[in-house]
Amino acid sequence: MKLTLPWLKEHLETEATVEEIAERLTSLGLEVEEVIERGEALADFSVAYVRDARQHPNADRLRVCDVETKDGVFQVVCGAPNARTGMKGVFAPEGSVIPATGDVLKAATIRGVESHGMLCSARELQVGEDDDGIIELPDHWQIGTPATEVLGIEGPVIDLSITPDRADCFGILGIARDLAASGMGSLKFRDTSAVPASGPSGPDIRLDFLAGCEAACPLFVGRIIRGVKNGSSPVWLQRRLKAVGVRPISALVDITNFCTLDLARPLHVFDAAKLEGGIVLRLARASETLEALDGKTYKLDGEMTVIADDSGVISLGGIMGGESTGCTEATTEVLLEVALFDPLRTAMTGRKLGIESDARTRFERGLDPSFVMPGMEYATRLILELCGGEAGEPVIAGAVSDNRREIDFDLAQLPRLTGIELDGATIRNYLSALGFVVQPRDSNLHLTTPTWRHDVSTTACIVEELARLHGYDRIPPVPVTRTEAVGSTVLSSEQRRRAIVRRAIADRGFHEAVTWSFTRPEWARFFDGASPILLRNPINAEQSAMRPSNLANLLAAAANNFAKRELDGAIFELAPRFMGAGPGEQRMSLAGIRFGEASRRHWQLASRLVDVFDVKADALAVLDAAGGPADKVQIASGAGGAYHPGRSGEIKLGQKTIARFGEIHPRILAAFDLDTTVVAFDLDLEDLPKNRGKTSRAKPPLEHWPYPPSDRDFAFLVERNLPVADLLRAVRRADKKLIRDVDIFDVYEGKGIEPGKKSIALSVRLQSKQRTLTDEEIETVAERIIEAAGKSVQAVLRG
Amino acid sequence: MIDQLDTLRTEIKARIDEAPNLRALETVRVTALGRKGRITELVKSLGQLPSEERPRAGQAFNALKNDIEGMIDGRKAQLADRELGQRLDEEWVDVTLPARPSSQGSIHPVTQVTEEIIAIFAEMGFAVAEGPDIEDDYHNFEALNLPPEHPARQMHDTFYLEAEHNGVPLLLRTHTSPVQIRTMKMQPPPYRIIAPGRTYRRDSDMTHTPMFHQVEGLMIDRRTHMGHLKGCLIDFVRAFFERDDIPVRFRPSYFPFTEPSAEMDIGCKRGGGELIVGGGSDWLEILGCGMVHPKVLEAVDLDPSEWQGFAFGMGIDRAAMLKYGIPDLRTFFEGDLAWSRHYGFAPLDIPSIHGGLSR
Repeated sequence: MKLTLPWLKEHLETEATVEEIAERLTSLGLEVEEVIERGEALADFSVAYVRDARQHPNADRLRVCDVETKDGVFQVVCGAPNARTGMKGVFAPEGSVIPATGDVLKAATIRGVESHGMLCSARELQVGEDDDGIIELPDHWQIGTPATEVLGIEGPVIDLSITPDRADCFGILGIARDLAASGMGSLKFRDTSAVPASGPSGPDIRLDFLAGCEAACPLFVGRIIRGVKNGSSPVWLQRRLKAVGVRPISALVDITNFCTLDLARPLHVFDAAKLEGGIVLRLARASETLEALDGKTYKLDGEMTVIADDSGVISLGGIMGGESTGCTEATTEVLLEVALFDPLRTAMTGRKLGIESDARTRFERGLDPSFVMPGMEYATRLILELCGGEAGEPVIAGAVSDNRREIDFDLAQLPRLTGIELDGATIRNYLSALGFVVQPRDSNLHLTTPTWRHDVSTTACIVEELARLHGYDRIPPVPVTRTEAVGSTVLSSEQRRRAIVRRAIADRGFHEAVTWSFTRPEWARFFDGASPILLRNPINAEQSAMRPSNLANLLAAAANNFAKRELDGAIFELAPRFMGAGPGEQRMSLAGIRFGEASRRHWQLASRLVDVFDVKADALAVLDAAGGPADKVQIASGAGGAYHPGRSGEIKLGQKTIARFGEIHPRILAAFDLDTTVVAFDLDLEDLPKNRGKTSRAKPPLEHWPYPPSDRDFAFLVERNLPVADLLRAVRRADKKLIRDVDIFDVYEGKGIEPGKKSIALSVRLQSKQRTLTDEEIETVAERIIEAAGKSVQAVLRG
Repeated sequence: MIDQLDTLRTEIKARIDEAPNLRALETVRVTALGRKGRITELVKSLGQLPSEERPRAGQAFNALKNDIEGMIDGRKAQLADRELGQRLDEEWVDVTLPARPSSQGSIHPVTQVTEEIIAIFAEMGFAVAEGPDIEDDYHNFEALNLPPEHPARQMHDTFYLEAEHNGVPLLLRTHTSPVQIRTMKMQPPPYRIIAPGRTYRRDSDMTHTPMFHQVEGLMIDRRTHMGHLKGCLIDFVRAFFERDDIPVRFRPSYFPFTEPSAEMDIGCKRGGGELIVGGGSDWLEILGCGMVHPKVLEAVDLDPSEWQGFAFGMGIDRAAMLKYGIPDLRTFFEGDLAWSRHYGFAPLDIPSIHGGLSR
């Protein structure tokens, strides 16, 4: 919503500067986006008289002018073809800045003749496109009159952002009322007294709505005005509209736009000569269309309020008029429409048809229903004034319903909700100035809301009105303190676990990514999402499914990095994934991927690609950080889904899979255009065992192992596809008491090993808490190990 | 005899001095002092001396023996030093070569800033609440005083899902405010919570992304008013931006779920494509807030004449951009490694009030 200061002052008697007004508007909740100081650039320029213009002695196209200005007479060399003796123009003195170029004007000698200042063209002043010559002004302008005044620069312009609840402030009157109520000046009113009618009234108007739909248009007033002349509107009106970004069209149309902006009272004018028969207000019929004033044809439906005559639909109620009955220069007889349309229906129609108009903006927020007749009278008066003619008797269909509300306002609510203490008289004055009818009742107030304030309905609304008039900045801040001196932990154990896991995995070299919760449906299908959860109204296909796994977007990110020559890296995301749309199907999921080389090429390290054991370690580290039982889990081959079937695994706790890790399936890599090795892990934090609340934080005592350990190495030959975990389990079980640790230090297959077999080298640490083990004891355990390995996994000790 | 000893001393000393290394020196020692060594042999001949000469000779022998041992020890130390010196020379490495790499990852600014916000509000007694990203109309709109045809719904550009739940249409929450409703329905008052999380609006351009992060705040008890709202949020922004001199401004605004409603601006300086928080003559909107609307309280069965308090909502991504000078919102969601290395945070930079929010 834009307005100019002079325009505002037609509603508000005030001496306040534009800065003061802007500051007050913002503090009232009418946020000033910008104050545009139009004309500031023209402050140095003023009207001048060309006393004499003669041929330049040394140049055919130049003239030497004696220019009379408010500061005396200057000699100016001018190249404009229209510079001549006796004209008035706009003078730019030395030292002024020419708006079009930004150059500072200096005294110059042009072909041997001195020049002090300049006569300006419209383009040089950026007030028009005309560059054929200098501006010529009518003779009545006094020398020295500021250029802003003669050029009709309407300003400054204040650009406001009006919140949707303040329907009344979509008119300058409403804005002025708020300012006046806050103590900034006094409100002035337009002349809305009845314009005497002469001649017959206009066409019949009928509201034709089925029962239950009458609210679509409760009131429609039409007034015929005959004998108008619809030329250009006067300069003041054009300037005013232009200043706020509205293009002047013709006097009649400009008047309707003016009333819309001035009073938040949208109007429409029909060319009465083009109307056929009476006017009917009704809902559209399916398949009806309207060619609107914006030149587009709209298909209507049975929910939309239309204005029709015998020819069919001629206007969309509250949104836009139709082309067939629009006013032109030839119009001599108009039907002025002043109506009320249902806000919701107007909003819906506008949305469906995609029409944004100044009328819709106001109708859908709600007009002042009691302002139909005053608005009609004011508009009639303006039409008669600017276009001539005479107005017939208004035709009124329907009636206004009373929309005022009664609120019993308990004065204690203001301090209770805001901390503001105001005396009763101040409160009454504030509310009266806003248009409330205020009656004392007991120790409180009985309020009747103004007809233009649909947004005020509760005590809290009244509190807001008072608080904003008083000024939010005058509310003293009160610190929010805790009741206890030492605060308690604010994170739940899940939240804490998430925070720890995040930092633990970042510490292992992963960069945290935050990617969309959406993904492509085809990507979703790669991961646990056989039937992805789709958005009904996605922005695009790439973001049309809720992700069933965080891996898809990480792979896409890896591919983007790869394309930017980031050939290796590690990224993770800990964020929701969506197994379904229902409650509990959103899971807090951690996924990480590593791609490319395991580390940068280095003089000391053999280069290798990332592999499944990198991410196995990552997944186990996550379990560890999460306080999970990293030492109680089992590893099973093959994670399925997006993983390489032979190079992936699951981490299980009992029967339950709690994490997956492995190489990404080559087919999926191809789909993501990833031409490198990618390994990944993923898990849902909800799957990890809950950390039970402990009463004691004490750790168990440290175990002492005072007797020396003995390490024995074994090399077993086993089937190539035997999971080593099986061998380890067998070995550990051989003597649960004395075997403390089993490490695998070599896995070998190839030369020297029979095909289909592999050699596993183990180091077993034996230790007792009670004594130093004897050679015999060690030998016995060793034999048991060999026996157990042979028995359970057919392992053969290598010679 | 004594002469003989002197000769021997001279001879052995020469050999000790000439010993090129520890092994040769050991040979010299064995030759001199070993079981069959020359001195040992000579000692054996001591018995043949007349008894009156024996003590003197014995003393001379001991002196010789001690001398030799001393000389050997001295030479030994000398040789050991030299050998160590040689070893050290040989052990030289070029320490200008690069060290073994260790890869450190990073924490996303959204996470970091969220934790900073949590740390600040924890000081004021706020706990962290959460709710689902997929919501229904009731929690996202209706209970928040946004009935179906409310014009403000349009400002939300809601994403809807194809799926329904028990016949109820589902949507992606357009703000974190539904967490207010869920919190108040789940537990009795009073409330002090913040709820950070993902939010979604159907909007995508230079400064909007279809997914972004918000943090909701809710404080309800029997006495909290707008003065507390101001105090809380002023303390918050000054703590968050780690500047005590940040100008703040509250101005009336409109949200369906608060009444009175306000927006909070902070002072900033614009220029040269940069925006500096604090100082300057410009204002920057940072969050929306207000006293919880009586209809919202009624929706969760709280009596508005008994319970009262404020709520606020702030964009986390934008707060991160402002505080850390990150220019483009869209880059937050790209997973770009160069961006992460530059704008990310070290894993051990855990924000806290006692230790500082940021380095």
